[in-house]
Amino acid sequence: MHHFAADVLIVGAGGAGLRAAIAAAEADPSLTIALVSKVLPMRSHTVAAEGGSAGVIQAHDSLDNHFHDTVAGGDWLCEQDVVEFFVSRCTPEMIQLEHWGCPWNRKPDGNINVRAFGGMKVERTWFAADRSGFHILHTLFQTSTKYPAIKRFDEYFCIDLIVDGGRVQGATVLSPSTGEFTAITARAVILATGGAGRVFRQNTNGGIVTGDGMALAYRHGVPLRDMEFMQYHPTCMPGTGLLFTEACRGEGGHLKNKDGYRYLQDYGLGPVSEGPRNKTMELGPRDRLSQAFWHESQKGRTFETPGGDAVWLDMRHLGAAKLKERLPLICDMANEFMDIDPATGQIPVRPAVHYTMGGIPTDIRTATSLSGLFAAGECSSVGIHGANRLGSNSLAELFVFGHVAGDEAVKFAKRAPAATGAKLIELAKASAAKVVALRDQKGRGEKHANLRKEMALTMEKGCGIYRTAPEMQATCDKLGELKRRYRDITIEDRSSVWNTDWLAAVELGYQLEVAEATALSALMRKESRGAHQRLDGFEDRDDAKYLAHSLAHYRENAAPEITYGAVKITKLKPAVRAYGALGEALEAEEAKKDAAHV
Amino acid sequence: MSEAAALMKTVELRVLRYSPVTDEKPSFGSFQVPWTDDMSVLQALQTIKDTLDGTLSFRWSCRMAVCGSCGMMINGKPQLACNTFIRNLPKGPITVEPLNHFPIERDLVVSVDDFVKKIESVYPYIIPKKPKSVADGPYLQTPAQMVAYESFSDCINCMLCYAACPQFGENPEFIGPGAMAMLQRYNGDSRDGAQKLRLDLIHGEDGVWSCTAVGVCSDVCPKHVDPANAVNQNKTNSALDFFLRFLPGAAR
Repeated sequence: MHHFAADVLIVGAGGAGLRAAIAAAEADPSLTIALVSKVLPMRSHTVAAEGGSAGVIQAHDSLDNHFHDTVAGGDWLCEQDVVEFFVSRCTPEMIQLEHWGCPWNRKPDGNINVRAFGGMKVERTWFAADRSGFHILHTLFQTSTKYPAIKRFDEYFCIDLIVDGGRVQGATVLSPSTGEFTAITARAVILATGGAGRVFRQNTNGGIVTGDGMALAYRHGVPLRDMEFMQYHPTCMPGTGLLFTEACRGEGGHLKNKDGYRYLQDYGLGPVSEGPRNKTMELGPRDRLSQAFWHESQKGRTFETPGGDAVWLDMRHLGAAKLKERLPLICDMANEFMDIDPATGQIPVRPAVHYTMGGIPTDIRTATSLSGLFAAGECSSVGIHGANRLGSNSLAELFVFGHVAGDEAVKFAKRAPAATGAKLIELAKASAAKVVALRDQKGRGEKHANLRKEMALTMEKGCGIYRTAPEMQATCDKLGELKRRYRDITIEDRSSVWNTDWLAAVELGYQLEVAEATALSALMRKESRGAHQRLDGFEDRDDAKYLAHSLAHYRENAAPEITYGAVKITKLKPAVRAYGALGEALEAEEAKKDAAHV
Repeated sequence: MSEAAALMKTVELRVLRYSPVTDEKPSFGSFQVPWTDDMSVLQALQTIKDTLDGTLSFRWSCRMAVCGSCGMMINGKPQLACNTFIRNLPKGPITVEPLNHFPIERDLVVSVDDFVKKIESVYPYIIPKKPKSVADGPYLQTPAQMVAYESFSDCINCMLCYAACPQFGENPEFIGPGAMAMLQRYNGDSRDGAQKLRLDLIHGEDGVWSCTAVGVCSDVCPKHVDPANAVNQNKTNSALDFFLRFLPGAAR
């Protein structure tokens, strides 16, 4: 067991982790900041974000607009004080990224250009073609190399947190290239490990998105919040689930059923307009668009593909030049994977799991309930997404709250006593012994690859776009069975160097925890809100009972316990959530009322 | 194997295997993999790992040619496994090997340490001409100014160009095409003011002059970054910088 002593430890080096590391290094360059990532930082899944990042910049937009869109978009399950803080910090973070070199798209005069996105009243999505996440991640990674305080542990896999005396004091990590363990002790720890979309079958996520940080915190008694809210992105490649960005529609693309009909007008999203019109039709929010797909499918108005039924994403009218400038990655993907040129052909698309809206609950300063532990980015639930995240809010979240987490962890580390003592190393050794025992156990021949497939299938069946109690219950039961069978796995590879068989098995352990919290939280929420929609007598939102955050608490060898916590409402009282013509009418009414008050 | 799988056509993958713990030298393993027309080489490797041999090791993540993890030699050519489709390869066995010119750590996993050091060495960040605070707002940069660096910023660090570069094969000290593209990405950026600092890095024999302009780096680039162009621009800049320093007033 090696030992490395840090002041601040950050697990995960995607957008949130890198932003936190830079913030910490700038806050106090004399500190030692350990940055652990299971992949090279530029491989982190932030790299795959396409459309862009929100930040109010146009004169006719306002922070209040962004606040309203986000809270209503989240079906009122947002922490409103956090959203208010968030929208005020987005634009400064976008400017900071610009100063660090991010190649944001520009207007002819050299000023920043923004594009339209779903559920947003005014265009406020900063973008770098359709490789926004890629450019942001590389900008952050490259910028991070100028801070000597940041000590990177590239390709180190986190197997456990070190928790002693009610306080987190580091983490135990494994180097796949040597098979050796290191105890990284620290006075403050930030989790920035990303989401858990890989627990579902068809998903847009990279293979690394396995809920590691969520499961690590959860096993140490930190609850997981609002896990039932998994986002289905409406336009993904059938089969692989690969993403066709919302910017396809922001730039003017249409969704059509098998008859060439723009079906969204039948689901409260009309009127139809030729060009993009904010908050209507294809620029509705993701939950509503995915739900509309499900209804079209039920009505037999989708068409079959080998990867499941689909509708058409039609961008032919945008023209080759605009497609190449604004959506080059999408064009390459359609060409390479499907032999389709979007300038001349339509793309078959269907919904796939995209984003984990729940996660590790934190306060507005990113602190969790475990002393010394902070969380930021998709692994966290700071409270801005509610029951449905708006596209382009999650990239902005990485920088706003990554920055806060870096600052807060430094403050905490300076107050906290040093993480020392033989006990911490003993705890790390015990954690290492457990995962080595998993690798070397005889087991009963269960293959973890099979369990992973069964998990992903049952999650898709029970926790899909629409849900019923019997199906969710069956999924919970299945997950219980899979957790039992997981104890009997036999890992084929017993070697020490680059044993990815072993790492995948450890990841599956994380995934099963997160999946169980998700399915049980879904079963217990007896209402329909945002991305959680039921067909079994709970079709409406029930603010009297469920204007509340679910909290899944870990229990060893048992299903989690689900409790509920209050939602912070400040200035926007729960109301009807509407888009299209009705949404516009309700907004006009509000504006009239406001004018009468003045 | 399920009935559906039994009906599928199969393809042979010949994969270079190596474990530093048990093997003296690498050798090929052969696998018969059921495949469909939409299947990538990455999916074939995943099928091997999940159903035939769990000990096969390789890096992968995004599956959509943007994370840069899954570069490998496929039929002798450096390619990303995720966007190389079996349907587009010649009939017959597919050979899969780790990227050329890098030490093998295990199976298809190569050491990336040297590459990371190289990209870190080129001051890969904006050193501003005129520092600004966030309150001052963004820099102005016209679309025409972006053209000077934008394509170089598209590099996904997949290292295919290093596996293709004969000079890097002969001289591992050569800074190589990817790092040179990154250098040019910053040197071409109107916000940056550290061109000379970076050019000083590449005057030497391990710098830009190592390149013999073969151009295969650009041929294999999955993102059309054209690192050969970056190298050429830097040859011009390096020569210019070298001569300019002897002019009166060019105190350095």
